[in-house]
Amino acid sequence: MRYLPVTPEDRAEMLSRLGLDEVEQLYADIPGELRLKQGPHLPPAQSETELERHFAELADANRKQICFMGGGAYDHYIPAHIGAILGRSEFYTAYTPYQPEISQGMLQSIYEYQTAICRLTGLEVSNASMYDGAGALAEAALMACDITGRGRVAVSAGVHPEYRQTLATYLHGQGLELQVLPLQNGHIDLQRALAATDDELAALVVQTPNFFGLLEEDIPALREKLSEHKALLIISSDPISLGICRTPAEWGADIAAGEGQPLGLSLSFGGPYLGWLACRSKYLRRMPGRIVGATVDHDGRSCYVLTLQAREQHIRRQRASSNICSNEALMALAATIYLASLGPQGLSRVAGQCLDKAVYACEKLSTLPGCSRTFSGPFFREFALTLPGDAEEAFSWMAEHGIAGGLPLGRFYPGMKREMLFCVTEKRSRKEIDMLSEVLAQWLRS
Amino acid sequence: MAEKLIFEKGSSGRSAFSLPELDVPETTLPERLRRQEPLRLPEVSEPEVVRHYTNLSRLNYGLDQGFYPLGSCTMKYNPKINELLAAMPAFTGVHPYQQEKYAQGCLRLLYELQDMLAGITGMKAMTLQPAAGAHGELTGMLMVKAYYEALGQTRGRVIVPDSAHGTNPATAAMCGFDVVEVASNARGGVDMVALDKLMDDNTAAIMLTNPNTLGLFEEEILDIAALVHGRGGQLYYDGANLNAIMGWARPGDMGFDVIHLNLHKTFATPHGGGGPGAGPVGVAEHLIPFLPVPVVVRGSEGYELDYKRSQSIGRVRSFICSFTVCLKAYAYILSMSSDGLRQAAADAVLNANYLQERLKEAYKLPYDRRCMHEFVLSALRQKEESGVRAIDIAKRLIDYGYHPPTMYFPLIVQEALMIEPTESESLEGLNAFVEALLKIAEEAEENPDLLRAAPHVTPISRPDETQAARQPNICLD
Repeated sequence: MRYLPVTPEDRAEMLSRLGLDEVEQLYADIPGELRLKQGPHLPPAQSETELERHFAELADANRKQICFMGGGAYDHYIPAHIGAILGRSEFYTAYTPYQPEISQGMLQSIYEYQTAICRLTGLEVSNASMYDGAGALAEAALMACDITGRGRVAVSAGVHPEYRQTLATYLHGQGLELQVLPLQNGHIDLQRALAATDDELAALVVQTPNFFGLLEEDIPALREKLSEHKALLIISSDPISLGICRTPAEWGADIAAGEGQPLGLSLSFGGPYLGWLACRSKYLRRMPGRIVGATVDHDGRSCYVLTLQAREQHIRRQRASSNICSNEALMALAATIYLASLGPQGLSRVAGQCLDKAVYACEKLSTLPGCSRTFSGPFFREFALTLPGDAEEAFSWMAEHGIAGGLPLGRFYPGMKREMLFCVTEKRSRKEIDMLSEVLAQWLRS
Repeated sequence: MAEKLIFEKGSSGRSAFSLPELDVPETTLPERLRRQEPLRLPEVSEPEVVRHYTNLSRLNYGLDQGFYPLGSCTMKYNPKINELLAAMPAFTGVHPYQQEKYAQGCLRLLYELQDMLAGITGMKAMTLQPAAGAHGELTGMLMVKAYYEALGQTRGRVIVPDSAHGTNPATAAMCGFDVVEVASNARGGVDMVALDKLMDDNTAAIMLTNPNTLGLFEEEILDIAALVHGRGGQLYYDGANLNAIMGWARPGDMGFDVIHLNLHKTFATPHGGGGPGAGPVGVAEHLIPFLPVPVVVRGSEGYELDYKRSQSIGRVRSFICSFTVCLKAYAYILSMSSDGLRQAAADAVLNANYLQERLKEAYKLPYDRRCMHEFVLSALRQKEESGVRAIDIAKRLIDYGYHPPTMYFPLIVQEALMIEPTESESLEGLNAFVEALLKIAEEAEENPDLLRAAPHVTPISRPDETQAARQPNICLD
């Protein structure tokens, strides 16, 4: 076996040192009735050649499509050098940086990541990463309950449906309540949200751009009411949008959390992605997860360490702020390199192109017979379109014609059988958008 | 020499990114929705970015550079072919909502991996969703909670051994359970008398790692299972140490009702400097209805995602799973097959026992019995004789070119050094490590200051962690 350096002779030598005759004796502590005579039933071992062939077969069972789908996972361009750096095995084969003297590379990159997230969101502190956008938002909600000592969280129905489901799962674990707030024209219903804000509310969770790509506008009024009742504002944002859109800090968020996949991570059928979480500095010690801090070594040289570990599970056990241990360090590195590579102008241009191309596509598609924009108001990268027929049928038609999307919204909002959510990133060309329009037009005629 | 931050490099106007010219009309956002504060990101060219992170990588120690005997973390070799396969555009380019009909390659891989993991562990069904071990624990324990809710029973307590990983009690607390510790006995296993007293009809589950964090197999596992099940409780298996027994014994046969695995430990996917990992969860028959959605199933027209499960705990994440991590584990299992996995486990156990045998004279071995894939030494003797602590020995190992073992864990061993060689280490590699640790034991007697000031060969010496925590500086202004 090519991964095992120990030879039969080595085994014999080691066994003899232990006074044993055979490997089976090493397992003497396992009760006899549990000991297996042979391993599990699996296909025969494959050489690299066979593996490559097998994976080529699996690859053929997928179909390459032009992506007009978003819904929390976005097809942005990933600069080639990100992969080259992530391929450095000093990074990817390392463990969590518990030994700072030989982990300064990862620790510094996480410090840079935390800095980049703070500057992107405008908030003061960031942790070193969470699993994904859904998990980050759920942890933000738990954090808000912990900070306020209250047991109810309100979430706008415009927050990603899968994030809401994840929130519900996490909150149920601790017997906390989740209240879903209805929408009006695809945006948060201001009056209903204001009515839900009282002295028992821990936090309000808003997403902007929301699941329909719409930019929420009523946040200032909500912020004011939340402050009156000492409840927190949690905003989930798209990191690309923050190149041009008002930041969570500018909206007055106490905590912001979201998905970092758009920052240089591939779609990869849903993961691994990157949860990010930032907050105001007064809540630093209530944050979940790893945090890297700058310090000096015993000789006065500046360096980085994992810090504030007294919040964490390995120290505080059942009183920890979260159970999270492994997070998404390598994905955070990718996001850091992405943001460093684009710089302020690059990110603003990518965001700008997403905006422009989505507007172009929206105008184009909403002139097709029987099609119209579902909601009004400014949007970013995504928009919902109402079709004259069943969205699932249109989805299948598009897929057969090499196009992924838009996403049928009835899957998440049962009343929206004729609605599709289209996403247009900077990667899509005008030609591809025109083709999308043509394929949809063909379906309409069919 | 310390590397400047990327934010302190470059010059205004530089960028490491290119975009096609905009080919549609330009639009703008209303001022009220626009970002006000300037975005202060680095402005650097591609060569500068690449050089910066390449230089940072050189300040990092990875498994490909040398021996990484970090106990409980299973730092085994990460096969390179798996990285290539995971980078195939046919997988990286698939959107998670892409029509299932056109993502059959991905779905088939996940379905087969579920099946393989179920076979290896003896569980009835698996979910691949959790993003890490602790996430798997959360998923598993929420299922235990849902199970009792469905039965209409209130069980508010969870038992964990005093040797457990911190994630176990932290997870139980996240699921709303009170946590109570059960003591270990003189042989390092669960104390049956203590367990008998604790296990009552308010107890939902006991969370066990087996082999446990001392690297010892719970010899009384069948009695534990009988006791816990007899009083209506569930057995949770923390799979951190499955590497010792894969192919030799199965948690399902031991009576575990719910388990999590760490693909980034046992199944050779890289740790990534702290993630991404993956923490699949396996269950016995009675917990299947509570699996999180979606579940990958095989239908009449191919592989599908099943969302319609009324008793499910719901979602624990967005989308499906950490797909490319699962892909690497799948490739690893295909490469190893049954005999290979069994051999890997045996080599891991043999390597650990060999190291334990050769080191137990120079260092105190608190539990002197056959170990599994890891063992725990104590530096108590060195501490008493020369004031050298476990951390000093660990740091001195860095000077000899090794990653230190896990320190000060499990909590029940004073001055603990937990050593896990894995199957990836050769005999000559083990011997060199033994020589280094024996030399360090001598140095502890002859020149304790040398150890207390270690490491000596690294770009930095020991950081001031107290200052880091007292005056947190966690991002650049």
